[in-house]
Order: sequence, then C-alpha cells, then structure tokens
Amino acid sequence: MTSHPIDTIRNFSIVAHIDHGKSTLADRLIQQTGTLTAREMTEQVLDNMDIEKERGITIKAQTVRLEYRAQDGKDYVLNLMDTPGHVDFAYEVSRSLAACEGSLLVVDASQGVEAQTLANVYQALDANHEIVPVLNKIDLPAAEPDRVKEQIEEVIGLDASDAVPISAKTGIGIDLVLEAIVQRLPPPKGDETAPLKALLVDSWYDAYLGVVVLVRIVDGVLKKGMTIKMMGTGAVYGVDKVGVFRPKMTDVARLGPGEVGFLTGSIKEVADTAVGDTITEDKKPTAAMLPGFKPVQPVVFCGLFPVDAADFEDLRAAMGRLRLNDASFSYEMETSAALGFGFRCGFLGLLHLEIIQERLEREFNLDLISTAPSVVYHLNMRDGTIKELHNPADMPDVMKIETIEEPWIRATILTPDEYLGGILKLCQDRRGVQIDLNYVGKRAMVIYDLPLNEVVFDFYDRLKSISKGYASFDYAVTDYREGDLVKMSILVNAEPVDALSMLVHRDRAESRGRAMCEKLKDLIPRHLFQIPVQAAIGGKIIARETIRALSKDVTAKCYGGDATRKRKLLEKQKEGKKRMRQFGRVEIPQEAFIAALKMDS
Amino acid sequence: MIRHPTQDAGFGVYVHWPFCQSKCPYCDFNSHVRTGGIDEERYLDAFRREIAHAGDMAPGRTVTSIFLGGGTPSLMRPQTTAGLLEAIATSWTIARGAEITLEANPTSVEAERFRGYRAAGVNRVSMGIQALNDGDLRRLGRLHSVAEALAAVDVARRHFPRYSFDLIYARPDQTPAAWKAELERAIGEAADHLSLYQLTIEPGTWFERLHAAGKLAIPDPELSRILYDVTQEVCDRAGLPAYEISNHARPGAESRHNLLYWRYGEYAGVGPGAHGRIMSARGRTATATERSPEDWLARVERHGHGLVEQTVLTREEAGDEFLLMGLRLREGIEPSRYRTISGRMLDHERIQDLLGYGMIAHRAGSRIAVTPAGFPVLDSVVADLAA
Repeated sequence: MTSHPIDTIRNFSIVAHIDHGKSTLADRLIQQTGTLTAREMTEQVLDNMDIEKERGITIKAQTVRLEYRAQDGKDYVLNLMDTPGHVDFAYEVSRSLAACEGSLLVVDASQGVEAQTLANVYQALDANHEIVPVLNKIDLPAAEPDRVKEQIEEVIGLDASDAVPISAKTGIGIDLVLEAIVQRLPPPKGDETAPLKALLVDSWYDAYLGVVVLVRIVDGVLKKGMTIKMMGTGAVYGVDKVGVFRPKMTDVARLGPGEVGFLTGSIKEVADTAVGDTITEDKKPTAAMLPGFKPVQPVVFCGLFPVDAADFEDLRAAMGRLRLNDASFSYEMETSAALGFGFRCGFLGLLHLEIIQERLEREFNLDLISTAPSVVYHLNMRDGTIKELHNPADMPDVMKIETIEEPWIRATILTPDEYLGGILKLCQDRRGVQIDLNYVGKRAMVIYDLPLNEVVFDFYDRLKSISKGYASFDYAVTDYREGDLVKMSILVNAEPVDALSMLVHRDRAESRGRAMCEKLKDLIPRHLFQIPVQAAIGGKIIARETIRALSKDVTAKCYGGDATRKRKLLEKQKEGKKRMRQFGRVEIPQEAFIAALKMDS
Repeated sequence: MIRHPTQDAGFGVYVHWPFCQSKCPYCDFNSHVRTGGIDEERYLDAFRREIAHAGDMAPGRTVTSIFLGGGTPSLMRPQTTAGLLEAIATSWTIARGAEITLEANPTSVEAERFRGYRAAGVNRVSMGIQALNDGDLRRLGRLHSVAEALAAVDVARRHFPRYSFDLIYARPDQTPAAWKAELERAIGEAADHLSLYQLTIEPGTWFERLHAAGKLAIPDPELSRILYDVTQEVCDRAGLPAYEISNHARPGAESRHNLLYWRYGEYAGVGPGAHGRIMSARGRTATATERSPEDWLARVERHGHGLVEQTVLTREEAGDEFLLMGLRLREGIEPSRYRTISGRMLDHERIQDLLGYGMIAHRAGSRIAVTPAGFPVLDSVVADLAA
C-alpha cells in the first residue's frame, strides 16, 4: 500500500462542550462512511474507558480513519482526531489540534455556546484551524438555530451563516457534514521527499503491543523497520509496526505526509514518549523540531493513601501500572502520621486527579483517602534560593522564607444572568480579580483571574450550587504571583493532624479554619471525653469548636439470651474502629477525613 | 450478696413461648399472633422432644434456673407449664431452690391462672406492666389498664414468693418529672425486683415505620440521659440499685436466670427462635432454633429438634460476648476469665485510659467494673475494651 495522495486527506477534530453531541456525531460519521457496520458499532466507539463513557469526556487522544467517496467522485481519507475535552489536558489538546487542519465546532442548538466550547475553539483558532460550525440537536423543540448562530458570531467572531444544521441522534445532516469537511477544510501540506518529520500526538500502553504511539506525519515517510529518533528526548527506537485506525488497528506499509496513524517499536514505557515531541529518522534527521514541545508539568498535588494500610504495596503496583499509560501523572512515597504510608501525586489538574483516583479505585479495587489538593508554591528563601512546595507538611521554617508565590489562573465563566451576582461574589471572596464582564444575549460571560489554591478548594461545587448547575467554567494557569500565604494547622485534642494542614491566604485563613473545624465537629464521633478541634497559624488559634463528650450510648434493652445480635453489633463497631486513625486519644474515622478533605469538581 | 462465680456460672434453661394476644408496636421479639388459636398439646409434645434433645446435647447438668419467656407464656394453660417443667426434670436434675420464672401479661384473664402456674412449680413471675399511665399503655399497644395491672400485681404477690415487673421509659413526650413520679409509684408496688428498659426503635417494628415517617419522636440522647439518671437516683434511694444496666433489685433478690446470661454461664434454649450457649468438647456453642412457630413445630416433629444454628464460637467471639454481657453487671468481670475465654489479655493502655476517664473502676480483688459514670455510655466502653 502506498501512502494516500495528500490533496484527498482531511484531518479534523471536533470541538464541543460535554453533552453537545461530539461522540454521537463521531459515531454517525463512522457509520455513514461504512467504516464500521451497525453491528460492529458499540455505543460511542471512541471513548474507551468506563470513566470516559460515564462522563462523556475524552482523556486520551484517539483517531479514526474514515474513507469517504465525496460528491465530486473522489475518494477521500478523513482522519477524525478525538481530542481530550478538558482544560486539564490543554497541552495534549493543543498537540492533537496541531495534527489537524480544521475543526467542526459542534454547538447544541438549544443550549448555545458554553465556557468549555469557547476555550476549545480558541485553541483551535490558535492552531490556525479552518472551522466549520455545526448546530446539533436541531430536531429538538427547544432548538433556536438562529439565536445560536448569532451567538457564535457575537461571542466567537466566526461566520456562522453556513453552519451545518444536524441531528446526530437521528442522523439528519450527517451527509452535509461530510461534504463540508471535504470542501471547506484545507488538505494538509507536506513534502514526501524531505526527511521524516512527524508529531508525537499521544501514546498509550497496550498489553500486547507495548507502547503505541499516535503520530501525524508532516514531511517524509514512516516505514516499518526504520530507526527513528525522538528529538526532544534523544531516544532511538526501531519501528516494528506502522498502521492506521479503522478504528481497529490495521497495519500499513508506510505513512506519508498528512497521514495520521500509529507506530510501535521497542518502547518500554509511555514515559519514554513525550507528547508534542518530533519524530525523525535517526540516519537522516530533519533540521528543526516542530514548535510547541513542552515537558509535562503537574499543577495540582495531593496525597493518596490506602484506607487499609495492608493495601500499600497494591497501591504502589497500581500506580506503576497507571503511570505506564499516563506519563503526566507523577508519584513519590509519602508518610503521614494520620494516614500512614502513601504517595504524593502530581496531576495536570483537578479532573486529572479525580480520574486517576477513580481508576485506582475502580480498576485496581483500592479504597483510597486523598488529602486536600495543593498547588505548587514557589518559596523565595532568604538565602536567595527558590524552593517548590507541593505539600504543606514540607513547609520550611517561616523565618527562612522571604516571599511565597502561588499560581494564578484565568477563568472563563458563562452563566445565565440571574446567577451573576452570586458568582461575582464567589469570585471576589476567592480573591479574584475581574478582567472582563459582558453579555451574550441573556448569558453573562465573566473573566476572572483567580489564585488556583482558591479554586481547588470547593470552588466548582460552590459555583454549581450558586448557579443551580447552569454556569459553565473553564480555566488555564497563567502565572505566579506573590501572596500573603500562611500554613494553617488543624489540631484535634491539641494534636496536629498533618493530613489536614494547608497553605491559605492570611485573609482567608479564619473562614477556612472555621469551616474545617465545623466540618470536623460533625464528622468526628463523640468520645468519652470532650475534644477541642482547633485551627491554628503557628501558635495562634484562629478557630475552635468543641465536640462534647458522649452523654448516652447504651442499649438499656432486654436481649434475653440472644447474645449473638449484640455481638454482631459489637463486631461492626470493632470493624469501624479498625478503620479509624488514632490521634493521641482520639479516633477519627476514615470517612471523616474523606469528607473533610472532599474537594470539588 | 451475689456470689462471684469464676468458671461455672450455672446452667439454665430458657423456654420460648412465641404466641401473643396482639403484637406490641415497639416489640421485635419473636412473637406471633394466632387468632385461630393453637394446638397447645401438640406444641407441648414438640417442646418435650426438643428438651430431650437438649438434654442429650448437654447431659448431666444441674439446672439452677428456668425462664419461661416469650411471646406471652401466660397465655399457656398451667398444665402445659407443668408438662414443660416435667420434661426439663426428665432431661436434667433441677437444683433444689432453682429459680423458675414465668413472664406474664398483667391482664385479669392471665392473673386468674397465676395460682395454676404456682402449682405447676413456677416460683417467680415477671410481669410486663410497661407503664403506669393509661395513655402510654394504649400508645405502647398494651391490652391492660393501670388498674388491671396493679390488680395482677396483687394476685402475684399472694401466689408467688418472688415477682418482678418491667417498665419501659424514655417514651415519646415523657418528662423527667412525670417519669420520676411514675417510677416512685411503681416502686411502691414492687417487692424487690424491677426491670426498667428504655424504649428503643427496633428494625421491623411498627414504631420504626412511624419513627421513619416522622410521626414518633423519642427523647434525644440528652433527655434520655436525664431520664436514665432519674431512674438511678430514684431506685438507689429506694434501696433498689441497678445490679445490671436495666435491672434493679434489693440485694439478694437479683434474677438468677438473668445473672446466668450476664455472667456468661451455660444455657439451653428451646422453643421457636430460642438461643442457647452450650459447652461442648469443641468449645462454646451458640444454638438457635427456627423462628416461625409452625416451621419449628414441623422440624421438631421430623428431626426431634428445631435447631437451625449450631456454631462453635471462636475465642474472640466468645470473649466479645463475655465482655458484652459481663460489663452490664455492676459486679463487673474478672479479667482472668476473659483471658481464659478469649485467649488474650485486655489491653492495658485502654484500661488505663478508661480508669482515667472514670468510666471503669477496680472492684473486689482484680475485678473490673463499669462505674455509674460509665454505664450511660456502656456501649462505647465495651467497644473500647473489646477492640
């Protein structure tokens, strides 16, 4: 098989908000082009993982090659690149987009543009994409295609007059989408005779094949048996297989310019492949790397501990397995007086954190406790050095610190007008700085700069509750700024509980401390004695609650000779005690930690 | 005074008579209403067979106490009671002066049978009076009035050398003052023994449904603590201190059968849904019988017994039971016996902590007992020691 003529290739991605029908549209395209028969279609082919299916989000980039005979009579290859749909994976998204020349912008014709749509479409525009607006769900009675077209023009500044009206669910307009891809998106450009230059879009671990690398060929040809070099990492590998996704992996002899496909080789770990790296031929390298390559940078950290200390080794093994497939997640061992042995883990963002935690629990059947998520602080020390702080427990002596810097984000929030007041107050309370506020029809769009550490603490939950779920939210980390940050400790019965300590802004310490004490007061069961719960900065107590001693805990009931029932109750109680952690004389149930540390998103 | 048995706390027989005139809305005991009546003779035969079977399981024991509970045993004819006691005497030796208790409802109909029970050999009656307040009696689903109950107490006093009655407190809307007055009146009627239970909402009861629907409010832990404290004060002053968390007696008048349970002695349980604890070569065995009266009857007629469970307890389970039962007693437990039963020592640090909080104290010799301050939070104390 020879590589496909470049002018009949179209590489595209789909930009959409969750629930606006991206996956359904992708399925329709696969079906309509006969890539899979109806019988072969399982629901939403592209989202492989359970978590992806449940949440309708894509974590790993995936691709499918569609073969389509257009109305002009020519056979086209359409490569649909399914990109991760969340800001946590912004870098991965940017690399996926860099592998395409155009995007379909799918907008729900009744819901309109959402914050996430905006963030993604701006990324597509940054990648110089040609964009075809698609209005989905036009069959719904609530659909307002004209209003939504107006909104697209007003908010995004795209000409929406040629927007394609479809219903991915019923199949209306799918043919029009295919024609628009062929006619309106440009073909890729590339030189087949030049040295190999390919973009490493993504990679994952396959139990049979080892690491599978998703590539987009820019120049030259990729062939089986070639020796390739990763220009960013300098690693050299032999290529065992070259192929395309239909959507099943199908071997081909070669991939030429503009084509999207995969390679496998002697690559042991996903960590050996860096998303965004440039792949070239070792003997005949290309002159320059593709632009935009960045090493992975975790943004949010938290401790993960097994509920049952005996599961520690299992957790270590599970983390190793996940890391095989997700090099953006990092971990190192950590010990906590409260929670025992566990790991301090770094993530691309809150969603990434939650996904990893969920996969550990689900796929490896582990019960985990996660500590409060922390951002990465920069400590400017008096001795002139700069330290990175991932864990409040590692905070050095404050006397040695000159200043502390914290990461800030730029957040875009879209909300129906009536919730705007509450949302502005929330952002102000969280030390936000308003950058922009304007209206798009009845919806307000607010842009705020916020410290990330205020966002990792139940911001998303609050936002959802204030807006009854109608507000949408997206963010990107922008810069580091100096802040008056202090370490707040939580003391239970005068014993500090390391897992609960956190860095907070001095102005917010009291309210956060009070909130934590109140929460713990309800979560820690009464004991035989009174227990003070305090929040402190250094030696200064800033909030206090008291858990009163038990007043009544006895079954003054007649059980006759049926000791079994009482024993069963006692056994349950003993089992519960095993799940508690001892702090001095206080037993704190695991559930209390989980609830106290429960975070948003 | 109470003896402090070391190893052998005696051997008792519990007989469960599962029938009631009506089901009380708070009760989760194994009780059944059979409006068409039952074939008492046939049941008695089944009891005879099961008692004989129990005799084979635990041969050679001397019975120190018998308890006819329910259900409502005072619904059975006195000759049935006589038949049951004869069967027990056939399987084992009944000790001279053994305590033989029958539970009774204080209705006038049942009081008429008291003489007959006495003649059959019963020497102690325990009456389910539950309240001395007609409104509360109705709410508790009881079929008797206060006047009827007090009349029954008079009959009991004439016929039995010993009697006791039960009251339920911490009822909906009960105030400490009202309970104090009611309890003082009850003590005036009681000879030397009173069982005072707090109303608890049990799974599967009518009260549970009402409670879940928000139609039944029971006192919160604070009020129920106050009611408990009132109970102790009034009874202590009247010379009826608690010898067990909810049982009060003049010294020497304690229920020997109940002490047997709490001292973790050996007992056979016969009748539908009865539990037993029998020592065998393999260890302490927990037994339980079929709960449904008809199914129990069929089983006994087929197999000679209604046992559906015979489990040799692990040492940990037996240790847990020993603590659960023993710590309910004011006399407390002997730690060395815990060690014999469970194969491990009580945790020294936990004991020190609990001593420090004043929840437990040392009693005669090396015994450990829960203090008056510890009793209201007994479940936590037990959990601490057992963990």
